[in-house]
Amino acid sequence: MTYIIRTERLAKEYGSITAIDCLDLAVTEGEIFGFLGPNGAGKTTTCRILTTLTKPTSGRAFISGYDVVDDPVKAKGGMGIVPQYLNVDGELTAYENLKLHGMLYGMDRETRNRRIKKLLDFVELSDRASSLVSTFSGGMKRRLMIARALLHEPKVLFLDECTVGLDAQTRRRIWGLIRRINQEGATVFLTTHYIEEAEVLCHRVGIIDYGKLIAVDTPKRLLNQTGDFVVETLDNDGGQVRFFQDKEDAAQFAASSDRDVTMRKSNLEDVFIRITGRRVSE
Amino acid sequence: MGAYAVFWREMVILKRRFLRVLGLYTVSPLLFLIAFGWGMGRSLNVEGVGYMTFMVPGLIALSSMSQSFSIAMDINIARFYWMTFEEFQSAPVSSLSIVLGEVLSGMVKGMLAAIMIFVLALCFGAELRVNGGFFLYICLNTLMFASAAVITSMVVKSHADQASFNGFFILPMSFLCGTFFPLSRLPEWAYFTAKVLPLTHASACIRAAALGRDVPLVSLGIMVFYSVLFFSGAVICVKRASI
Repeated sequence: MTYIIRTERLAKEYGSITAIDCLDLAVTEGEIFGFLGPNGAGKTTTCRILTTLTKPTSGRAFISGYDVVDDPVKAKGGMGIVPQYLNVDGELTAYENLKLHGMLYGMDRETRNRRIKKLLDFVELSDRASSLVSTFSGGMKRRLMIARALLHEPKVLFLDECTVGLDAQTRRRIWGLIRRINQEGATVFLTTHYIEEAEVLCHRVGIIDYGKLIAVDTPKRLLNQTGDFVVETLDNDGGQVRFFQDKEDAAQFAASSDRDVTMRKSNLEDVFIRITGRRVSE
Repeated sequence: MGAYAVFWREMVILKRRFLRVLGLYTVSPLLFLIAFGWGMGRSLNVEGVGYMTFMVPGLIALSSMSQSFSIAMDINIARFYWMTFEEFQSAPVSSLSIVLGEVLSGMVKGMLAAIMIFVLALCFGAELRVNGGFFLYICLNTLMFASAAVITSMVVKSHADQASFNGFFILPMSFLCGTFFPLSRLPEWAYFTAKVLPLTHASACIRAAALGRDVPLVSLGIMVFYSVLFFSGAVICVKRASI
């Protein structure tokens, strides 16, 4: 099996704070891997280390076999990055942003222009190619960032909370783009704290909390381990959650309760609750 | 290619802001020329030449320093506010390429500012000689300060720190390094302090070339030393700013 992303006991400390703690991760070529966890869990730090923007305190990380610390230039050549903040250049046009990216990645003019045209069509920004990016909405900037990250045809695409702050419609549009990118052959490493995003998009999900990887599997298997059905009991203390494998058991429990209850299918947030006792959003 | 990409980005933006930038490069030297050249120095003679002729090379050294160093604030904003500098850091280009591209853009800005003053000064009646050395020393000056700008922009952690650095180092240098009056008029301690600062040697070399005098080789050597030191420091700082 070919691992396009691999970490060995990766750790990052900021003074006395441990952002990542002995992280062992392996992402297979061609998959959409979701890195799910609450804010501050260590997702972005992991992503920054993997994309060579932050140096780890200890441990090693490899992209396409290249060590991100010892061989950063080669590691960077095969990856595309969409950070969580909007960092397209507002003083350049959409076309110029992509041209700059192509030049930085050493693309020849003919290939660069062909890819720019194709990707501006792909993210539906062809009609704004000559507009200054400072005039773009957040969603348009995000789509341009995705086009930019794909320009040099990376083997692996890092998307760090790439739908934060976007409306539901734009978010779904970007999900569609991510699926198409993956279908065209790119491996996708997606960090998110949106449960639905991880469930809808990812082939496998890694759950991280306080810098530790606490579970890795397909969403289906993670849900099976937790129980397919959930009964939430509402009370003044915030409520309790019970997990059931069978719908009948869940219904029976709900019917026998003398308090307000809600029965539903389980999701990845429930997996997180089962393991940590907390919600992803807490 | 990486260095050219970084340089190209800066030039696209410079072209887009060209008239504004040209105005900026013109206004403050123009005020200096009016206030010090016409207002105060019309009848003065310094080191055997009219004050205007004495002052203009210093003003060129000062302005080319300020404009080449101004890239520090641009990089600072790109790093901490717009986060666009990460586009360079996350690309498969070396730290040397990033520094080369940024420093070249700083040099172009510094040279542009120097040319503007030169043209203005001729209109004000300054008697200057144009030769290869004159432009070479301006080039070295812009190389020194553009490289220093990259270092400071990598070392400081905020816009406020950057402004403080300008206030503590760049502003004092502007007035104390033989730009507006000869160093010999300074008290001894200030004289020796000024002798350590790079702008002093840039002023001396540019003035010597512009007035057709022998260029102080020690000053030239110190400029080369600072250029190499700052440029190497900039590459190390950019490397440390990422992996």
